[in-house]
Amino acid sequence: MSVLADLDAHILDLAWAGVLYWLVLGFSAPLLQRWRGVLVHLVFPLSALGALFIAAVGVAGLALPPSAMVLPIGLPDLPFHLRLDALSAFFLALLGSAAFGITVYAAGYFRSMQAGPLALVGLWYHLFLAGMATVMLADDAYAFMVAWEVMALSSYFLVTTDHDVPEIRRAGFLYLLIAHVGAVSLLLTFGVLQGGHGAYTFDYMRHSEITPFWASAAYLLALFGFGAKAGLVPLHVWLPEAHPAAPSPVSALMSGVMLKTAVYGLLRVTFDLLDLRIGWWGTLTLALGLVTALYGVIFAAVQSDMKRLLAWSSIENIGILIAAFGLTLIFYTEGKGALAALSLTAMLYHAINHAFFKSLLFIGTGSVLHATGERRMGRLGGLIRFMPWTAWLTLIGALAIAGLPPLNGFVSEWLLLQAFLLTPGLTQPYLNMVIPVAAASVALAAALAAYVMVKYFGVIFLGRPRDPALEHAHEANWPERLGMLWLAAGCVALGLFPAQVIARIAPVVRHLTGQALANDGNWLLLAPLAAERASYAPLIFLAVILVVLLFTFIWVRRVYHGRVRHADPWDCGYPEQNPRTQDSAEGFGQPIRHIFVSFMRVERETPDPFDRHPHYRGDSRDKLWLLLYKPIADLVGWLSAQAGRLQHGRIQWYLTYSFVTLIVLLVFVSR
Amino acid sequence: MALNYHLQIVNLLAALLLLISFAMLSQRRVASLVTLFAWQGAALALSTAIVAWSTGQHHLYYSAALTLGLKVIAMPWYFYRLIRKLNVNRVVEPMINIPTTMLIGIVLVIFAFNLALPISQMSGTVMRSTLGIALACVLLAFLMMITRTKAIPQVIGFLAMENGLFFAATSATYGMPLVVELGVALDVLVGVFVLGIFIFQIRETFDSLDLKHMEKLKEK
Repeated sequence: MSVLADLDAHILDLAWAGVLYWLVLGFSAPLLQRWRGVLVHLVFPLSALGALFIAAVGVAGLALPPSAMVLPIGLPDLPFHLRLDALSAFFLALLGSAAFGITVYAAGYFRSMQAGPLALVGLWYHLFLAGMATVMLADDAYAFMVAWEVMALSSYFLVTTDHDVPEIRRAGFLYLLIAHVGAVSLLLTFGVLQGGHGAYTFDYMRHSEITPFWASAAYLLALFGFGAKAGLVPLHVWLPEAHPAAPSPVSALMSGVMLKTAVYGLLRVTFDLLDLRIGWWGTLTLALGLVTALYGVIFAAVQSDMKRLLAWSSIENIGILIAAFGLTLIFYTEGKGALAALSLTAMLYHAINHAFFKSLLFIGTGSVLHATGERRMGRLGGLIRFMPWTAWLTLIGALAIAGLPPLNGFVSEWLLLQAFLLTPGLTQPYLNMVIPVAAASVALAAALAAYVMVKYFGVIFLGRPRDPALEHAHEANWPERLGMLWLAAGCVALGLFPAQVIARIAPVVRHLTGQALANDGNWLLLAPLAAERASYAPLIFLAVILVVLLFTFIWVRRVYHGRVRHADPWDCGYPEQNPRTQDSAEGFGQPIRHIFVSFMRVERETPDPFDRHPHYRGDSRDKLWLLLYKPIADLVGWLSAQAGRLQHGRIQWYLTYSFVTLIVLLVFVSR
Repeated sequence: MALNYHLQIVNLLAALLLLISFAMLSQRRVASLVTLFAWQGAALALSTAIVAWSTGQHHLYYSAALTLGLKVIAMPWYFYRLIRKLNVNRVVEPMINIPTTMLIGIVLVIFAFNLALPISQMSGTVMRSTLGIALACVLLAFLMMITRTKAIPQVIGFLAMENGLFFAATSATYGMPLVVELGVALDVLVGVFVLGIFIFQIRETFDSLDLKHMEKLKEK
């Protein structure tokens, strides 16, 4: 018992030890370049153990009081402050548990890589993990920004692993650019939060008071900065570029975990560092989140590249998270603590769900990519026969993200919709009118997400192979399978035991909103507010589903197939089926494209009717790129060209510049 | 007057320094420019030595010796050699014609004096009144660098600027600490050698010492 108490007191030391362990692994990777076997078979599995350790620390830390420490590193007089409270612990648990599966998978995925690039990937991968963990532990703006930058830069290098491809370099640059625009905004946020006193520890910010105007400024800057990292519309453009460019485990980490660091930061700043919260922030955030969710899911529906599709789906999920965050803010400022706790619980639950199912789907695409060398869905199909493990595990992820019970996606979306629907009269009448519309938008986004997943799974894994070469596709190797298995198991467990999970995250919710969900201590039934209003029992659901499935199976096998069937010679017009007669990725998304064509820039190449080998290509791109980013880029280019005129190339002119500067400064000084 | 005779000599030398600066500004021939630069160095060394003697600041003797060795003997000798080797002792027209340059120079001197007035009132040294002259020398040397298009006058302008700074340091605070001065002297020496190598390279590449040709290096 005393050992346990001791562990409790040193929980932060343990967390920091986990981070250091990752750093040591990372820096050992370039040194182990000669021993490729060690790199493949030892470094990544060891790092996975570190992830499991971090997850355990996070889960343990959820129930513990906050602990803080000062590290002897950093600048003179500016040491790193670390702190582990329930919020940090929750996100550490998320990071560790998702990273465990992804890293186990990575041990298999990077097996075929050359030693040199592999050593570099090993370095950046672990720096990335350590950076994310430090972001969650940081307790002063300085440490936070350093960790934030480590995270951004290491992920940039991971995205550009295949840097000899020009598009990948371009995607990496876009990512780096937006990450830094966001980082500048965060720097300004902390500048506002410290209120002119020059103290940058979070502890000081917690206790300082700033005026509503400056609080709003800080909140908007934080929303912009963290929104750039999370992919909030219109700052989402890097996601569909960077995710396809990165190796699959990296995409999984970026989408599953790194986007959550932005959510963490937003929660930290809004509910912890700021001492007041204003109602319109919530309305604005809710609107932005909903726009992002719908925008993301619509674009996901029309994609034909599987990783790009998942990237857009990540944007959708971030939109849902941010909408839940906005709703929490609205309830909180309206003084409805129980509802704020409900929507915050939904948000946190969805964050961890998304970490699991999106990582699972991304690494699933990695296995498909390895087996077939193809990312375009138009060249895939029928893979469930050649890659059953990958297909079935991906199916679990796809069902989870589609929000089907009894998997985890349903729980969080159900909780969120409960938060919307249980809204009693808010004080502002227009909010009362808007909330049902918002609820409808969330429901629409969820339904479209299911549509997207049907397309994703159906086109890749079902039907017939669209390319004869696909028949030689090989199954994922064992570490890859284990990684996917862990994440799929997480999806199932989070779906089946929501009451236990919610009880675990209750300290976070209580810490931030002052209240938590009282779940009657019933482990079978999830009833967020009161059992007579709404409740959900996943295990019963599962039992019903299994029974129905069993009966259907028996009925189809015994009764339906038992009859004699006579087929017509013309076979309903399908005498000759070939892979081209299947619905394609573009075809599946076509209705959505038709409806929302005004948001898109569609490029299509339709084949000639007499073409023997017809080839169809359709590409739907984001119009915001042209409307928003292109003008800004042009303006910057123009300004640079104007500034470039100063460069004459004549030494005399350069000397004159310094001379004039000198004279002006002298005049200025002599005044 | 309380002004003793060695202080008057320092003031005279300061005036000489300014005069030489103007002479350099108006000089068209490169070899004569080097001669003027040597004379300027000599005046500087002498004035530093006198200040050292009159105030008992012994480290200023070393500075004076350093100036004499480097700026009156070593560098002019190096430049003469360079000019002979490259055969560039021709009349070169500056970018702006000489009367205009002189007028600008006068404006700069007035500006420098105006600027130095409040500073010299704060300074407690015996030769604080010469601070304006020192500043004027710096600005005039800078002006010379701007108006010349050839490489060697540019280097000389750079060195003349250093002379002015040195004089400013002596007049305002009895010179910088010896370590700093040694460092600066070494920098100047190394700088001149590097620039000498550059001059050879420019000549190799463009067949001329006109810096106009370096415009080609500009990124389009």
